[in-house]
Amino acid sequence: MAWARKVLRVDLNAGTCTDEALNMDWARRYLGQRGLATKYLVEETDPRVDPLAPENKMIMATGPLTGTCASTAGRYSVITKGALTGAIACSNSGGFFGNEMKNAGYDMIIFEGKSPKPVYLLVRNGDARLVDAGELWGASCWDTEERIKAAHQDPLIRVASIGVAGERGVKYAAIVNDMHRAAGRSGVGAVMGSKNLKAVAIRGTLGVKVDDFAAFMAATAAGKKVLADNAVTGQGLPTYGTQVLMNVVNETGALPTRNHQGVQFEGAHAISGEAMHEKRASDGKSNLITNNACFACTIACGRISAIERTHYTVVDRPQYQKASGGLEYEAAWALGAATGVSDLDACTFANFICNEQGFDPISFGATVGAAMELFEIGAITTKETGGIELKFGNVHALTELAELTGRGEGFGAEIGLGSKRLCEKYGHPELSMQVKGQEFPAYDSRGIQGMGLAYATSNRGACHLRGYTVASEILGVPEKTDPLATEGKGGLVKAFQDATAAVDSAGICVFTTFAWTLDDIAPQIDAACEGEWTPETLLEVGERVWNLERRYNLGAGFTDKDDTLPKRLLKEAAKTGPAKGLVNGLDKMLPEYYQLRGWTTEGIPTNETLQRLAL
Amino acid sequence: MKVTIKLFALLGEYLPAGAADNAAEIEVADGATPADVIRRLALPRESCHLVLINGLYRPPGERDDRPLQPGDVLAIWPPIAGGRD
Ligand code: SF4
Repeated sequence: MAWARKVLRVDLNAGTCTDEALNMDWARRYLGQRGLATKYLVEETDPRVDPLAPENKMIMATGPLTGTCASTAGRYSVITKGALTGAIACSNSGGFFGNEMKNAGYDMIIFEGKSPKPVYLLVRNGDARLVDAGELWGASCWDTEERIKAAHQDPLIRVASIGVAGERGVKYAAIVNDMHRAAGRSGVGAVMGSKNLKAVAIRGTLGVKVDDFAAFMAATAAGKKVLADNAVTGQGLPTYGTQVLMNVVNETGALPTRNHQGVQFEGAHAISGEAMHEKRASDGKSNLITNNACFACTIACGRISAIERTHYTVVDRPQYQKASGGLEYEAAWALGAATGVSDLDACTFANFICNEQGFDPISFGATVGAAMELFEIGAITTKETGGIELKFGNVHALTELAELTGRGEGFGAEIGLGSKRLCEKYGHPELSMQVKGQEFPAYDSRGIQGMGLAYATSNRGACHLRGYTVASEILGVPEKTDPLATEGKGGLVKAFQDATAAVDSAGICVFTTFAWTLDDIAPQIDAACEGEWTPETLLEVGERVWNLERRYNLGAGFTDKDDTLPKRLLKEAAKTGPAKGLVNGLDKMLPEYYQLRGWTTEGIPTNETLQRLAL
Repeated sequence: MKVTIKLFALLGEYLPAGAADNAAEIEVADGATPADVIRRLALPRESCHLVLINGLYRPPGERDDRPLQPGDVLAIWPPIAGGRD
């Protein structure tokens, strides 16, 4: 129950679609989505595979709660070996696509091989086939979605697609569904592009069965009440989205600025959630039009924004004058503070382009920030940039590069390499702010010490969504810890990582955890699924998933040497704010973390740990 | 003495006239505490959840007795940004 118990296997070499039974033994141990799909990937592929080779597989996976009426239960994830990182990639997306996939009768879709020509997958209630996508190749995610709906005369088909960025192999290309929701990080869109797979289009109306209907309705109603009564999920996220964080993190002195040269941005307010609400003097309208919810979500943190019609980015370009997916905090930071740009509409435009052509605004903005530093020290000049004055704060450079990167043209093709490859190419690897090849999100680990450990040990490279200790260190959820201290952070990071891995395997959104603990989540899973699901079993699943991902990365060639941070964060102290004079104290946290994980001093899970977790 | 007050999210409504970017410089009595400023601006006490002085967290129990210093920045958010008692 809750699981559809069915996997769709798509052999792109042969052009065939085959149903097979879900391995229920694995489902009981890995739950679904992130955990279960990782298990399939580990069993079916060699971790040393080239991410862009046909031998790499790409799995779209839902969780057992996906498609039910539990709040936020519309999530799906894309699991593969990441094009950006060469590590395990698991990118999670909301919107409505995940629900559609589950209601079409599938827990997951496994793509293997490479199609000889561009195709898209069409699925309708258990009936799947590949369709020629020759005409769609070269189209944006927005056009692809519209044209597939029109071709099948069905506006309710849900589409996940790659744009030109994914076709051109931008290393951090994303898969975009429902116009502005994305499996954004680690380059899952580049993997999809390498398979000549343009889109997945699904219509599903089969329904999802739960194990104990009465208990499920009671548990999900109780969960919704907790979300509604909590100030963060009931008021803060609907009103300001994640953008409520911009001023908080800046005041705390943990807002990485200009490629992490600073920790506070003088233009932070102009790109904050508060600024998105302010009425413009020119036309009396605000950047924010409304909030927006993914399937079944009772939080509705999504932002829908519109750019002032006279702004240089949209004059004579009506397609960008419409309301569309607005800035979330991480994107606003990367497009703004990381590049020194404080023009809200320009950041919104760059974000639109990321959605339109399918690439990750975090890695894009951070890479532009790194390129700006390369330019300012003279490592690159207008000769390399094609005439672009790539100085920090140059708003025109930001928006032009967004368009060039989306199309893989000019210097945009180099920005599409990501900061690690770009900085290596121009002789300054130390200027790339990344872990395992993936750019940092919006928290400076000199000002939030635990995040340094969370980044260094994140299985998919630098990421805030693998262990969000910001919740505790800054926001006091579930309890306040000191962001400037390293003591106790090993345990804190592990607890966040394990709980998040369980949430990501269930089919719900991690933002629920501002209000929900596993005590709120377990009864919903327990009522939906057969078997006993308690907070303890969920934590065990989370820890098992974490170790499974770790073993994949070890097999792919990563070692404890990769559990580190750029020299800038370990040697150059913060210059302002509460963290002034501090570097990240990773060396004080990492040994304790390895020990708590039951790993050797080289970061390898011991036999005892593997046995305890039945791995 | 002068201090800077920053009121974010819905607390922005309580900023004095002339404030910009959610911030204003105000004159307070020497030795004024965060609690004094919260009273003076008529901020609902239960809405003052996350309180930072110069970016450093000030727990609820320490808002009454520790005076502000000239030039301090007092930043306050309502519970929507987290911050537990
Ligand atoms: S909280 Fe936000 S991201 Fe999560 S499901 Fe709801 S609208 Fe989507």
